[in-house]
Amino acid sequence: MTLTDHELEQAFETTIAHNDRIEPRDWMPEGYRKTLVRQVAQHAHSEIIGMQPEGAWITRAPSLRRKAILLAKVQDEAGHGLYLYSACETLGVSRGELTDMLIQGRQKYSSIFNYPTLSYADVGTIGWLVDGAAICNQVPLCRTSFGPYGRAMIRICKEESFHQRQGYELLMTMMRGTDEQRAMVQESVDRFWWPALMMFGPPDAESPNSAQSMAWGIKRNTNDELRQRFVDMSMPQAEALGVTFPDPDLRWNEERGHYDFGTPDWDEFMQVVKGDGPCNRQRIAHRKRAHEDGAWVREAATAFAAKELSA
Amino acid sequence: MSEEPQAEWPLYEVFVRGKRGLNHVHVGSLHAADDEMAVRHARDVYTRRNEGVSIWVVRAEAITASSPDEKDPFFAPSGDKVYRHPTFYAIPDDVPHM
Amino acid sequence: MSHSTPDPNDAHGSVFDGLLGSDDSQWAFGTDFEDPLAGVDTTMPEGVAPDALATYCVMLADDALVLSHRVSEWCSNAPDLEEDIALANIALDLLGQARLLLARAAAADPTVVPALPEGSPVPPEDALAFFREAGDFRNVRLAEVDNGDFAHVVCRILLFATVRLALMERLRESRDRVLAAVAAKGVKELAYHRDYAGRWFLTLAQGTDESRRRLVAALEDLWPLYPELLATHAVEDEVATAGVGVRPADVAAEVEVVLEQVLAMSAVERPDRRALAGVRGRTGRDGLHTEALGRMLAEMQVTARAHPMGQW
Repeated sequence: MTLTDHELEQAFETTIAHNDRIEPRDWMPEGYRKTLVRQVAQHAHSEIIGMQPEGAWITRAPSLRRKAILLAKVQDEAGHGLYLYSACETLGVSRGELTDMLIQGRQKYSSIFNYPTLSYADVGTIGWLVDGAAICNQVPLCRTSFGPYGRAMIRICKEESFHQRQGYELLMTMMRGTDEQRAMVQESVDRFWWPALMMFGPPDAESPNSAQSMAWGIKRNTNDELRQRFVDMSMPQAEALGVTFPDPDLRWNEERGHYDFGTPDWDEFMQVVKGDGPCNRQRIAHRKRAHEDGAWVREAATAFAAKELSA
Repeated sequence: MSEEPQAEWPLYEVFVRGKRGLNHVHVGSLHAADDEMAVRHARDVYTRRNEGVSIWVVRAEAITASSPDEKDPFFAPSGDKVYRHPTFYAIPDDVPHM
Repeated sequence: MSHSTPDPNDAHGSVFDGLLGSDDSQWAFGTDFEDPLAGVDTTMPEGVAPDALATYCVMLADDALVLSHRVSEWCSNAPDLEEDIALANIALDLLGQARLLLARAAAADPTVVPALPEGSPVPPEDALAFFREAGDFRNVRLAEVDNGDFAHVVCRILLFATVRLALMERLRESRDRVLAAVAAKGVKELAYHRDYAGRWFLTLAQGTDESRRRLVAALEDLWPLYPELLATHAVEDEVATAGVGVRPADVAAEVEVVLEQVLAMSAVERPDRRALAGVRGRTGRDGLHTEALGRMLAEMQVTARAHPMGQW
């Protein structure tokens, strides 16, 4: 039973139109596959690179409980990266190839991780704002049209909510502590607020791939919609915490039923995206070193497995 | 700079029985050099070594899938690569709670 | 406002429900927070000096705490994601053991806990971990030396877990019900650590020339620290006599059997290296450490010490 390309394409479009899932062996347009590989890989790389800014504080965690929580959290990120690389592999690209592309700078990861972590409060702020922003982005992706991606996202979202909660809880605890700790929290929030807003990507008008991704059901909401949702969600949380966001234009708009807010520094965003953020080189160099340092181990296991088979 | 594929561990599919009375369900995949390492990794990655959980692992390339009305144009040219596997493909539609 | 996180399983997600089930206890990482001491009799056993019991707990705790720290340094640096996750599991297990043991030490003899400013909210386990000087740490030196390559961490975990597993197996019979409970939990964890390291030991030994060379080098490097694991300190002797602790010397024979097995299977010769000297007989158990521990603690304690009145 051979179907023509036209029939295959129609079947694909029908599946999408019915909000059904595309599965790995289904026919799919090359553009759909490429877009997915790019998005899922970028997402996977973000998890893996995201281990670094927080991982840097595992050895300096201020209590044993926090150390355990942070280590478990960073470990989760390795797991998330692993699920997503697996989803990407169903599209015909191996983890090794994806890692090479990351190391060679041919694929990107979330620009937020090119900002430094400078105090322990950053662990809390990343959990609250960065993971919070990620959840805004990711929850709709549980219904993304590509099955393996959606299923990976369900697992990830379940674990991410633990991440956001631990971050917020750390900040709440610190706010009940000393003046120095409160100042540390506010300073950290001031530093991460704008980069967190940038996590949703450029404004819709300047987001070249968004429309097609929406049509294909790969993306479910526009950048600006998600950014607004994030601001609306974060404001009451900030009030409950007792911190402010560094934006004089931030206020409730009765008419819109949403918060108005200022414009992120999109020039800085482009700088970071183009590789000149505070930590871009450091992050890639770290990943490259770990990957290269591990080569002999991976080779040894492969050789051992081959010997066992032939024995 | 493609020294990599040589050392890349093969892909395994992981199936977990969450508790007695349930089917093994596909939960995802991972890389391992051999079967034993795959089980070990599966415990670490997918169950965090929860006791009382039963895990099956199988080399992705060993899975034969039915594909009634599918055409595999994207995978055809590279039949020997690991990505020909049907990861996440055969999900049972639900787990019977009987 | 209804901006709470939407349920990822809502509309259209139902096909995945079966995959996830309603019981997600085996999924989410870090959710296994059941109290291993629930229902355990926490009264102090009679016939053992509180300071001896406390010191013994600190010894066992510091071994776990310090090695956990070293293993956690592997985070984001492992040869592959699966190994990163496995090593983090080991570090988390050891950290969990350390916390229970430090708390027990503080309960047995509060004077072992460093004094903090009046009104400090720092709990005893953290006061012990973050406000003691290197000279007050009682861990064996094997746990503290700097990390090397992957073969190094494999050898270190193998030696450490083999000895600690043997100790914990016997400690399950301790008259201190808390120590017995900690040991019962630890046995399962350490069996896994030993198994993990043993399997990698074999793999690296039989893998490539390069991996074998590195494995042998790492083993040679760590071997001089191994005898210290099996030496019995006066405090260990005292608590063992009281039926509360275990003498490392008493498990030496069974540890040797296991290690010889691993070496034989891997066709690796037992290193011909003598024990690392102490200073006038003092070693890690006496608070006499390598230079590495001071540097490690400087990093580990920096945040906590900057905020002695802090809440985390």
